[in-house]
Amino acid sequence: MILARVIGNVVATQKNQRYEGGRIMLCLKLTAELGETDETLLALDSVDAGEGDTVLIVQEGWGASTSATGKPGAAIDSAIVGVVDRVDLLK
Amino acid sequence: MQLARVVGTVVATIKNESLEGRKLLIVQTLGADLEPQGKPLVALDSVGAGVGELVFWCRGKEASFPFKREDTPTDCTIVGIVDSDSHVNTGKLNTTKNIK
Repeated sequence: MILARVIGNVVATQKNQRYEGGRIMLCLKLTAELGETDETLLALDSVDAGEGDTVLIVQEGWGASTSATGKPGAAIDSAIVGVVDRVDLLK
Repeated sequence: MQLARVVGTVVATIKNESLEGRKLLIVQTLGADLEPQGKPLVALDSVGAGVGELVFWCRGKEASFPFKREDTPTDCTIVGIVDSDSHVNTGKLNTTKNIK
């Protein structure tokens, strides 16, 4: 799983039918220190995350599909599965 | 999934049987500011996308799920068409952070 920050969303009318009803969030990857990188990705929301939230994204098809749509086997490779409150690191 | 712009098409006469009738498109991945990020890729189309459109694609094994999943050799499939460039909503955060 990776840490990311939600920076927006995307509206798509024409999409794979398993995406219907889902929210496609635009996210920015973060480092372990929660620093922003310059890599973005799209992830389906399953926890009602909002813009500005630091989130946990799973990048594995089975888990992403099950959490975001309730069933496995959808063409989804990333889903938001948690909103991060805090990260504690050594040092 | 990644945002991308369809920048071209690929024509391949000899290909895996399950790819027959499918559209192969060249996609350039984009960042939140809709500027190119990384190198272009070849993606299989599942939603009727065309050149110039803003789309998003799915990577890995899941990319074959819109098709006959055991048979279709793809690791990059277009799964949605973004309505327009202005339908990529980055809100206020876009102006304050160094988002690429």
